[in-house]
Amino acid sequence: MKTADLLADDPIWLIIIKVVGIFVYLVVFTLFMIWLERRVVGRMQHRPGPNRVGPFGLLQSLADGLKLAFKEDIRPVLADKWVFFLAPVVSAVPALLAFSVIPLGGEVTMFGERTALQLADLPVGLLVVLACSSLGVYGIVLAGWASGSPYPLLGALRSAAQVISYEIAMGLSIVAVVMYSGSMSTSDIVLAQKDNWFFYLLPLSFLIYLVSMVGETNRAPFDLAEAESELVGGFHTEYSSLKFALFFLAEYINMVTVSGLATTMFFGGWYAPWRFLPFGLGEVWAGADTGWWPLLWFTLKTLGFLFLFIWLRGTLPRFRYDQFMKLGWKVLVPVSLVWILGVTAVRVMQREELSTTFKLVAVLIGVTVIVLISFLIPDRPERDTTIVRTAGSDYPLPPPDLRVPAAPKRRLAAAATAKLPSATKEDGDV
Amino acid sequence: MAWKEGIVLQPYLPLLLMFVLAAGFAVFSVTAAPYIGPRRYNRAKLDAYECGIEPSPQPVVGGGRMPVAYYLTAMLFILFDIEMVFLYPFAVKADDLGLFGLVEIVLFIVSVGFAYAYVWRRGGLDWN
Repeated sequence: MKTADLLADDPIWLIIIKVVGIFVYLVVFTLFMIWLERRVVGRMQHRPGPNRVGPFGLLQSLADGLKLAFKEDIRPVLADKWVFFLAPVVSAVPALLAFSVIPLGGEVTMFGERTALQLADLPVGLLVVLACSSLGVYGIVLAGWASGSPYPLLGALRSAAQVISYEIAMGLSIVAVVMYSGSMSTSDIVLAQKDNWFFYLLPLSFLIYLVSMVGETNRAPFDLAEAESELVGGFHTEYSSLKFALFFLAEYINMVTVSGLATTMFFGGWYAPWRFLPFGLGEVWAGADTGWWPLLWFTLKTLGFLFLFIWLRGTLPRFRYDQFMKLGWKVLVPVSLVWILGVTAVRVMQREELSTTFKLVAVLIGVTVIVLISFLIPDRPERDTTIVRTAGSDYPLPPPDLRVPAAPKRRLAAAATAKLPSATKEDGDV
Repeated sequence: MAWKEGIVLQPYLPLLLMFVLAAGFAVFSVTAAPYIGPRRYNRAKLDAYECGIEPSPQPVVGGGRMPVAYYLTAMLFILFDIEMVFLYPFAVKADDLGLFGLVEIVLFIVSVGFAYAYVWRRGGLDWN
């Protein structure tokens, strides 16, 4: 039975239970994720991280959330009253909405009703996720604009430009997945990966998706929108109390959503983690893909991606803005376009009965076009190393190959000051 | 499966309910925030965030200036977003369309590629 048909029978009370369930799942995931991030980054920096509130400090983020609720809600005088009020809502709602098409599992029985562990299975499921992440940009831009303060405005602009740039790379990386599964419904994409997962069938798509999902969520090393050293806190600088909490929630839910989507599209969704193994190893435990087990597999895989987010944050320094935009527009977009064409061409070649001469001619034409295009790429301008660079003013900078003589050894230096004339030949060595 | 009226929109009902719950939660949070938290008036607290000086680009709401490169990025986003949206229906039916589809999609991507190459050569993708 198809997932869409299973879901079509759901009575309204079951849908409400699922809606509340997914809401709770996301909020708990967010709280857990904040704790995990602080713990893991703490470990990476040789400190324990939060460990006081509850077992292993697990309740720390809950305590922080409650504390936020009892903080003063500040609205700066220059802020636009209504938009300032509305922006957190516009940011949080699409974040929650996007997750509702992600399949958490297959067929289960809930309170005597046969249904699927998924809230909605739409024929345009992937478009819903992309649309929601685009709508989330409105929340960011409006928040920055309405704050009436320079730093949030700059942060919001950066953030918006960043999200839309990487949204293109993300959308293009999805195209090949759609091609392989022949559907944009998320549950169909999972079912298409019963034996073959797409992360090794489409490695380049997976790589591009991985990079763009970090860019899309404004996370380190692409967290230029909240670069503390430049922009204070980014678009939510002026926000406090529960409004700030909503932005925080939206950011983490977005991370969970893109990780869940990565799991769905490239890591076999809710299938057991060993499912793709060859030689019948994937079928060692037939019951693993039935009942409520898939929920566990899905959660574990998603946690893996979330750990990757934390790992990146703990490891990599922040990008410079021009490098970041260059990576998005000049590398990811053309590479994914060429990759899409390549995948299409290979699939067509495999399926159609074409003569060898035709194939050869086609490959030849393709290679010629690529070579011609490569002529279009401008050469890197030669750097003139002889000029002495000046920094804005006419004050000359020291040449890059300046060699500073090493300081004399302390003992020698002391000796030199003690008896100046005789020490001169000793401190000449480098 | 019971065929009733409005069966076409039925798959979207859960999304609607999710929207209601999310919007309700979010609106409740922003409305409740001023009432739960304390209120201690302080004029400095209500100023725009700065290190004790007047913010340099004056009130931004409704009239501040911003770098034009962001507008350009937004326009380019529209160009490529639409290209992307056209690629999806093709991708769903790529196997049925076969060679015809391949030729068509190559023509399509090349024609968008001209705009892309133009923007690249004119420096539209450069930031400094």
